[in-house]
Amino acid sequence: MLVAIGMTFVIATGGIDLSVGSVMAIASAVTAISLDYGAIPAVLIGLIVATAVGALNGILISSFKIQPIIITLAVLIAGRGIAQVISNGGQLIPFSNPTFEYLGKGLIAGVPVQILLLAATVGLAIFVFRSTIFGRYIAAVGGNETAAHLAGVPTVSTKLLVYAVSGLLAGIAGLIYTARLGASDASKIGDTIELDAIAATVVGGTPLTGGRASIIGTVIGALIMIVITTSFNMNDMKYSWSLVIKAAIILLAVYLQRPKTN
Amino acid sequence: MANEPLLRMQNIRKIFSGVVALDNVSLALERGEVHSLVGENGAGKSTLIKVMTGAYARDGGELFLEGKPANFRTPEDAQRAGVVAVYQEVNLLMFRTVAENIFLNCEPCKFSFVDWGRMNRETDELLKRLGLNINPKATLGSLNIAMRQMVAIARGVSLGAKVLVLDEPTSSLTEKEVGILYEVIRRLKAEGTAIVYISHRFDELYAVCDRVTVLRDGKFVATRDLKELERIDLVCLMLGKQREDLEKKGATAFDEHKPVNDNTPPLLVAENLTRGRRMQSVSLDVRRGEILGMAGLLGSGRTDVARAIFGADRTETGRVVLDGKEINARKLNDAIRAGIAFLSEDRKAEGIIPDLSVRENLTLAALPALTSAGVVSRKKQNEIVERFMRRLGIKAASAEQKIRELSGGNQQKVLLARWLCCNPKFLLLDEPTRGIDIGAKGEIQALVNELAKEGLGVLMISSELEELVEGSDRVVVMRDGKLSAELRGEQISQDSIINAMAEANQRLEP
Repeated sequence: MLVAIGMTFVIATGGIDLSVGSVMAIASAVTAISLDYGAIPAVLIGLIVATAVGALNGILISSFKIQPIIITLAVLIAGRGIAQVISNGGQLIPFSNPTFEYLGKGLIAGVPVQILLLAATVGLAIFVFRSTIFGRYIAAVGGNETAAHLAGVPTVSTKLLVYAVSGLLAGIAGLIYTARLGASDASKIGDTIELDAIAATVVGGTPLTGGRASIIGTVIGALIMIVITTSFNMNDMKYSWSLVIKAAIILLAVYLQRPKTN
Repeated sequence: MANEPLLRMQNIRKIFSGVVALDNVSLALERGEVHSLVGENGAGKSTLIKVMTGAYARDGGELFLEGKPANFRTPEDAQRAGVVAVYQEVNLLMFRTVAENIFLNCEPCKFSFVDWGRMNRETDELLKRLGLNINPKATLGSLNIAMRQMVAIARGVSLGAKVLVLDEPTSSLTEKEVGILYEVIRRLKAEGTAIVYISHRFDELYAVCDRVTVLRDGKFVATRDLKELERIDLVCLMLGKQREDLEKKGATAFDEHKPVNDNTPPLLVAENLTRGRRMQSVSLDVRRGEILGMAGLLGSGRTDVARAIFGADRTETGRVVLDGKEINARKLNDAIRAGIAFLSEDRKAEGIIPDLSVRENLTLAALPALTSAGVVSRKKQNEIVERFMRRLGIKAASAEQKIRELSGGNQQKVLLARWLCCNPKFLLLDEPTRGIDIGAKGEIQALVNELAKEGLGVLMISSELEELVEGSDRVVVMRDGKLSAELRGEQISQDSIINAMAEANQRLEP
């Protein structure tokens, strides 16, 4: 769901970020091998690397004007490879570091830490999008980039930042997942999560053409997706059927959002 | 030879979702003729061409090719019949050779394998026939734009084109390359091909074309022999003016041009702005409180001047000085910070952000000033929006209404307010009243007048002569990328502006 929020920012500018799953893997592997330096430095290193990969996407897309789908697809492929190189060919990197594992397993006043993190991120994301200049620039760039540019909006740096944010959030998601598992699994973590994130965003009412974004919608979209998977699991129905239902929901959502022509 | 023209379009109608784009337009092309199609924006030139070449289905009228009724459903249909269009933006394959591009989709084959030898040989013959010196085996990407365009034309010829449409063929060519194009056209003409030549440059029309058809607002205006048509009459046809009307000026009795005082230092000086052939060493200055009108036909470079001053396009040479300080012309944000505002002529594509509210659109340029520590002050935003909505009389259900739901006039007011709330010193207005209703038009004109009185400098580009004559203190005229005249005081009249639009470098006496 963190990934979906980052994705919502990217899609609001009319772009797309396919690399999120691989960014999760890189963050996970980098953090796992850095745990010897202590939990906090390791987390910081992981997040910095994740943000840097996102920023790299952003630079290539905004300054060199290459299509986002191409760039992030390349990073999706390369990133997974890099994560596997770091983890010695995609082997599990187990660790035992209670401080770090607290991120995925700990409770504060009975609420899991990861839920608190998520809630904070959602709140912050809504605030950023609605009330900060960055958020307004995102909407302007996605709505009409030429017009925004002519009105003095720094379109290049806005796009760059958006991809960096997406990288950072993917990094956080990767670390939570890693902490919960107690090991870094570079070849599996975040696999095809980009598709779920895009689906959650679209179902939540953010059009792929950009210009509008609904963080709350994305949260609801992600919840719908999770609820479908979980309820199928719990009711002992085939997993494959849940995929079909998800696809149907995506189609329905897109159908309901198609632009009204007069 | 029959009297029937090679291609005849009769009473063509085309309607786009209720809006009539072409209304009873007729066009006849003779063999071996270069026929020019002219008209201002929205006249219907490209629609007519697309109907001719099968890209659009017509809603009425008839099309005859060599006397036989024709009905092209797709551009491929039209190509097969011999009607081919070569568009401005050449669409060919950059990484394939010249020969491959020319024979794309109709490669000569031997035993169902491509016969490369024959393909290259035939390409060579074809290019020689057109007087072109291009190696058929060169990859297209290694050629310059002019040669690519010639290849595109050659492709049309190889398809057996009887009618060849050239849409703005010279827009990206240099003078020398234009000469090559003329030579190709001359040869094709001798072979009996009819050529439709679309261009905004009068010199070219008079250099290569035999006849001209003028369209205006989707209607057929006239077809004339260019030899017998004076330039000034052609401009009159395009703009829908009578020559006699032009002479009786002062019918509006608005004549209140402020005398130009050459001693006051100018607010804005632009020197020697050049960008390819589109804009060639244009220099101008504007004083505080002055409205400088800029006239020129479409494609004359008028918008290029505004964009260059604003820093939206890179220029090869030239500098812009505002209030004694030079502005780094490469950076748009410097121009904005210095106090220059630019209202684009294309409100939809370059102005509004359709899905955002009036409030968001209005405050977009001023956002940095309304922000502290990254957070936009909603209170300040609302204050500004309220003030400007009242001042400009913007009619909207509320400030939160999406701008795309507003009328054109109200959208334009919001865009004007977007700049006014940044307290600019200098306004670049490109067609500020195009496509908006009469009421809003008057209000915007009055506002511009008022702003000038408050001491702003204004450069107002307009294709409406009344607006220029009544509104401007001075008028400069652009023609084919150059400033062709400057008119002051009594010299400013519709007549003198049209004359300057048509003729080169002429000083007009009242």
